[in-house]
Amino acid sequence: MTTTQIYMIGVGGQGIGLLAEVLAHAGDRAGLAIRAVDTHGLAQRGGSVESFLRVGTRVFSPLVAPGEADLVVALERTEALRGLCTYARPGGRLVWYETTWQPLGVRLGREAPVEHAAVLARAAALGVDARPVHVPDLPDTRMQNVAVLATIAGLGWIPGIDPAHYREALTALVPPRAAAANLALFDAVLAASGAGPA
Amino acid sequence: MADPSLTQPEAWSEIVMGNTAIVRAMAVSGTRVVTAYPGSPTPEIAEAISRIPAGERPFFFEFSTNEKVATEVAFGASINGHLACVFFKSVGLNVAADTFVQLSMMELVGGMVIVIGDDPGCNSSQNEQDNRHLARLCYTPVWEPMNPQEVHDMYLEAAAWSQAQRMPVILRLSTHVCHAKMRVRSAAFTPAQHDDTPRFDPAAGPYLPITKLVAPLKRRALEKLERTREKAETTPFLKVLPGAPGTRRGVITAGLPTASLLEVLEGVAPGLGVEGPPDVLRLGLVHPLPVRAVTDFLRSHDEVKILEELDDFLEQGIVAAAYREGLSCRIRGKEDREEWIGEYTPPKVREILHATWPDLIPSAAPATPGPSVDAPSPDVLSADVLSADVLSARAPQMCPGCGHRSAFHAIAQALAAEDITVADIGCHTLGFLPPYHMGQVLLCMGASCGIAAGLSLFQKSRRVVAFLGDSTFFHAGIPGVINALFNRHDFTLIVMENGTTAMTGHQAHAGSGENFNGPTQAISIKDLLVSLGATVCETDTYQQGKLTQLVREANEAGGFQVVIARHPCMLAHMRRETRKPGFVKRQVRILADKCDQRHVCVKRFGCPSFFLEPTGAVHVNADLCIGDGSCLQTCPSKAIAPPSAVPTKEEP
Repeated sequence: MTTTQIYMIGVGGQGIGLLAEVLAHAGDRAGLAIRAVDTHGLAQRGGSVESFLRVGTRVFSPLVAPGEADLVVALERTEALRGLCTYARPGGRLVWYETTWQPLGVRLGREAPVEHAAVLARAAALGVDARPVHVPDLPDTRMQNVAVLATIAGLGWIPGIDPAHYREALTALVPPRAAAANLALFDAVLAASGAGPA
Repeated sequence: MADPSLTQPEAWSEIVMGNTAIVRAMAVSGTRVVTAYPGSPTPEIAEAISRIPAGERPFFFEFSTNEKVATEVAFGASINGHLACVFFKSVGLNVAADTFVQLSMMELVGGMVIVIGDDPGCNSSQNEQDNRHLARLCYTPVWEPMNPQEVHDMYLEAAAWSQAQRMPVILRLSTHVCHAKMRVRSAAFTPAQHDDTPRFDPAAGPYLPITKLVAPLKRRALEKLERTREKAETTPFLKVLPGAPGTRRGVITAGLPTASLLEVLEGVAPGLGVEGPPDVLRLGLVHPLPVRAVTDFLRSHDEVKILEELDDFLEQGIVAAAYREGLSCRIRGKEDREEWIGEYTPPKVREILHATWPDLIPSAAPATPGPSVDAPSPDVLSADVLSADVLSARAPQMCPGCGHRSAFHAIAQALAAEDITVADIGCHTLGFLPPYHMGQVLLCMGASCGIAAGLSLFQKSRRVVAFLGDSTFFHAGIPGVINALFNRHDFTLIVMENGTTAMTGHQAHAGSGENFNGPTQAISIKDLLVSLGATVCETDTYQQGKLTQLVREANEAGGFQVVIARHPCMLAHMRRETRKPGFVKRQVRILADKCDQRHVCVKRFGCPSFFLEPTGAVHVNADLCIGDGSCLQTCPSKAIAPPSAVPTKEEP
């Protein structure tokens, strides 16, 4: 099996840390070697936050090279476009949560906001299979990452990791008081994807 | 979340980052005293320590007021017989240097490990200094792990060597070794039985490096370093990783670049006229150099590339060793200025090796076509990448409700365009970003007062205003303040007091009223300044009008003036508040009938909670607004309604 290179990007505060942790543990539970690294410190203060994960049988470095990510995972629309422009490899894949956190440039009126269609157009130009995720009426925006997780599980987009591995990792890592709601969301999104139950 | 497993005597295996793995190693090695000053990439070491329930921590830990004091506390513990460890970020070693340079001459009875988080690539530092130079300056060995497992394993080896030789040792980490995650395994161990009898004995020293006493101490330090060279030759971390059979090419490397190198070599196969991947000599210790291993490797190859991040530290030693031995191997060191700069990521290593051996290493990984879609042509790609530049970076910013935002908004109104603002290290450094542009020069911790003093000489036309955070005030700011008083300098100091060390994760400082281990006396910055004889005024930064007035008055009065601009860190505050039972979420909202779209809230005050609609309307982001209300006073149309309770959805 070759190594799957995953690049995750979001805005500080969106919960990319938990998503990255669950993916890493899911890979470990699947019996694969994992190397991962998150952004820490100052960059988390509302800036772009990125996380790298490499999963496979022979893995040495946690770092993903620009232009080489097999899978880009984004928690926000502008960051999805950024991920495509920087780390996605031609012919790779993108899952993004369809929400927007307005960047400073847009708030200052210096830049136009990124449109949904722009992400799809860029993905098409790169030959990237791109899937937006959106769950109406989520009780808490911090659960968006779980919707993204279940989508990846349903698509089977990390070779070697089964839906059950993701679910086990989620169960182990999410705080107990939030477990029921998150697992219910995971199961619902997974079921909607057409994949069997975890 | 509590994690008592870190200290369990049974075998241990977890997916953790390097900064957690090292805490397991501290427990296993019997480390008794650990000290630090917070600085990225190392503060998560303390977060891991805090997850060990207080009663079960096998060692004492403190955040000291700065890296120098932390080093001294660890030293004191070591000469009393305790295995000690101090950790801090790369530039922390500069602060600690005056103490650090003496350590190798001291008989460190208990042993002492200095853990440095270097930062190639400047992820969170103001330079990417290569601290191997300081290790050489004072005869201190350096271990360099490549991943979290090796952080754990090398800590154990380095600590044991330090105890045996009674000498300081350095474990040199870098950002993506500290923060990398993998499954780390640690064997079962027998917890150390500590004898807390103070063992300090002047006869074991001397511990007084004065004039004629220094030469014998230095001689002893050099002897210890020479013994360590043998350790560098025999450590299991020194490895030859064979490449293609019969290859005449080799690479010498160490630390994180090893992982990048192995990644790049994975894709290298023997081809037409090319023998395949080179052999690799991976060093465990980079100082002192294992000369025998290196010269043996050079002797058995025709051409050897030295792959080392940052400076040509290994290269100088290896070239000298080859010259002394009269070796004919062609040594390829740094051949381009770019090889001195930045982190050695896999693409960087690939680029360097391609420049070295273009026949062997392709310039970029071949693009693999996707499962169902054909890869686009290169023309499409380059056009695409060009347009990516239009997408501006999303820089970090001050949090919603941050007192610094109110401060900068207010202070800007008291300054003339030509006035000079001097930044210091901390969250308030972010004031340099738009829309505030506050803080135009920055060096390092505590430097603002000294710089401001120099800028104020010979002139009255451009008022100089220096910023200084509270943790930084205690860390290295006080000498600059005293100098301003002592030498009668002429500038305004604004102390940005938020009660914590916010940027590195809310570590308590001397003014917080608590330390890592519990409640303590809070040292009042205001009282301290007053007792020094400074003219001090203060206000909460949410009182923006008052702060503007105080700064204006201070600037008009001239001389050295201090304004304390105080507001608690709202990120820390909200984390505490939202956990309390009965917490009610409150937010402001825009009164559409009053808003005349002057956009002061969005464009000048710049709270990230305000979103600008394409129509020009402003709305409040429900995920971001914390209901602090500091924005109300900034709206010239009074169109922001005071914070009110918002219905909470079901708890996740």
